[in-house]
Amino acid sequence: MRTVAVIGPPNSGKTTLFNRLTGLRQKVANFPGVTVEQHTGEVALADGRVLRLIDLPGVYSLLPRSEDEQIAHDVLTGKRADTPKPDAILLVLDSTNLGRHLMLAAPILALGVPTLVILNMADDLRNRGGKLDLAALAAQLGAPVALVSARQDEGIEQIFDFLTGAMPMPEPKELPVLQDVPKCRQWAGRVSARAAYRAPIPPKWTRRLDSVFLHPIAGPLIFMVVVVAVFQTIFWIADPSKEAVDWLFGVTGNWVASVVPAGMWRSLLIDGIWKGVGSVVVFLPQVLCLFLFIGILEDSGYLARAAVIADRTMARAGLQGKSFIPLLSAYACAVPAIMSTRTIENKRDRMATILIAPFMTCSARLPVYSLIIAAFIPNRHFIGSFVSARTAAMLGLYLLGFVAAVATARVLKSSVLKSGRTAFLLEMPAYRWPTWQSIGLRLLDRSKVFLRRAGTVILLVTVVLWVMATLVPYHHGHPPAIEDSLAGTIGHTIEPVIKPLGFNWKIGIGLITSLAARETIIGTLGTIYAVDPQSHQMDLENAVRHDLTPGGAVALLVFFAFAMQCISTIAIVRRETGSWKWPALQFTYMSVLAYVGALVAYHLIR
Amino acid sequence: MLQLSGNSTLAEEPAASGPAPCLVPMVDLRRGEAGVLHSIDLPAADARRLMELGFLPGTRVTAGLSAPGGDPRVFQVDGSEVALRRETARRLSVRPETAGKRAPRGRM
Ligand SMILES: Nc1nc2c(ncn2[C@@H]2O[C@H](COP(=O)(O)OP(=O)(O)O)[C@@H](O)[C@H]2O)c(=O)[nH]1
Repeated sequence: MRTVAVIGPPNSGKTTLFNRLTGLRQKVANFPGVTVEQHTGEVALADGRVLRLIDLPGVYSLLPRSEDEQIAHDVLTGKRADTPKPDAILLVLDSTNLGRHLMLAAPILALGVPTLVILNMADDLRNRGGKLDLAALAAQLGAPVALVSARQDEGIEQIFDFLTGAMPMPEPKELPVLQDVPKCRQWAGRVSARAAYRAPIPPKWTRRLDSVFLHPIAGPLIFMVVVVAVFQTIFWIADPSKEAVDWLFGVTGNWVASVVPAGMWRSLLIDGIWKGVGSVVVFLPQVLCLFLFIGILEDSGYLARAAVIADRTMARAGLQGKSFIPLLSAYACAVPAIMSTRTIENKRDRMATILIAPFMTCSARLPVYSLIIAAFIPNRHFIGSFVSARTAAMLGLYLLGFVAAVATARVLKSSVLKSGRTAFLLEMPAYRWPTWQSIGLRLLDRSKVFLRRAGTVILLVTVVLWVMATLVPYHHGHPPAIEDSLAGTIGHTIEPVIKPLGFNWKIGIGLITSLAARETIIGTLGTIYAVDPQSHQMDLENAVRHDLTPGGAVALLVFFAFAMQCISTIAIVRRETGSWKWPALQFTYMSVLAYVGALVAYHLIR
Repeated sequence: MLQLSGNSTLAEEPAASGPAPCLVPMVDLRRGEAGVLHSIDLPAADARRLMELGFLPGTRVTAGLSAPGGDPRVFQVDGSEVALRRETARRLSVRPETAGKRAPRGRM
């Protein structure tokens, strides 16, 4: 199959064009070993041939400095073993900013691969009164040129003509070899002048909207409203969507139970695999919701403005404006938050954001916090009746996670992830209406990534946990108690390690099962206390109070605030960072912090 | 670190008006004020990224809106708008255009 690469500067409309050409026939994967995503798709030509299209990362030049540029360079020159050297190139440039975008044409055309220069955003160019002589440009470049609008589906047939070989080729032309940017820009200026390029007038709506969104008072207010709306919505849908998914999996599970004969296999199928799948799918509505917002914010152009407004605050933690939305959404769930760090171009800032995101108090911690707080903290009020002791405790835990995140960010950014003071540059794209097609495809894309990558790892781990919780090393004849299971044995085995934190073996089992997901500890403790003759009369709150000292309770809260007990997060960090190194480091760091924090808390309060 | 590349090179840019009095850091341009970029005093990699976004010596730069507190600020350059932090904008020097008629509405 022939391979065609799509390349262009950021915001030239590459993704829109790629979607237009491939539709739903596309796949997303990571380039092995790096964090850059590889989008490939298929295009069926009229003559029956099928081409493979590769969407390369947006770059301004081919000099391999960043990871993105390295990938683009290596794929185009055929240096990557995993990707065949392209037989043709589609170079996408923004026709409304031709002078600057043409700079990329020189190094691309110099590769000697048949290239179609696509001038995108034809609609915008026309509406804002710009124009150019296409034949003259093609002659200047020695390459075919097509003026299209990917968004309005205008002129796309020229691309098919090029791909089938039906497009007339201009006389090849010797292009100057240009090493530095000023020379490239001069050449681009000269070429566009000879093509009688008239730049369009500046977009007046963008100027108008900016004077509102970057207004000294209205700007931050609108920013706050947007942020609160995103956060609240994700928070709101968390519970109902969880219930709906649980219900769905309960009903289908029951149905499976009715057709599969009772026994080990049924238990594995339902309590292991089906519950495991359910525990992944539970996050899907939140992932979709966040990406719906991010899609609208990014495609409309507002995200760049929001990043400018948030930048000063984030700079204090050594981060930057674009880290704000991911970190905020991590308060709902770290999984979509980590997936959304893709909007941060700076790799080190992105990595730091991924690594601190799980410290934000996600919604899975809430049930655990609520249980312990309700069991140990009296419902007393202070400052009139505004703040109850329980609310204060809850806020304290939110603060604890936040402080840990900021401190970790500072440590990371001043050591392993030091940016070497690279300048913060952010291009402000023009405001545009987001299109449903682009947002729909993005949602589909993200759900596939999430279900496949997170799904496989989580499934494996839940099955292992199921085995541990049901497999009984020795049998007494009565139905196996959880204490006798492998998990129970492990709980007893690790008791000496967790004793200094004030936890007994029952809490130990809870900690182990909560490795899959934090809130699992509640179900586990419920089961353990229910079969324990000492506590089977009590409700969960009383049983917990019976089992933990106040010091132990605080230690447990601190442990949950810091520990990375979430297989989904681990799986998604692995996927987004492209190696096991980062999730392993993160898991170790957070576990050590959790252990030490809990130890200190227990000994301070006891 | 970067030499002056002259005023006459970019086809679409109007040539800068006569020799203006002095060089100032770009960060000192007030909103609405323009200047011609003279030099970039940053490590080579950063200077390159800036130049790819249009900040080339000899190009006209206009200071635009900013986040509250004036940092970062948006600059209009070569057909696009780019936000820079103050610490970065301080390292770019410009020759203000017609220093005499500074826009009176300029504010932070
Ligand atoms: N007016 C107009 N907007 C377009 C066109 N193609 C893409 N866009 C918009 O330009 C923005 C950036 O497009 P995208 O495909 O994400 O660019 P990429 O960064 O190069 O992948 C989006 O808001 C698109 O809707 C076009 O032909 N005309």
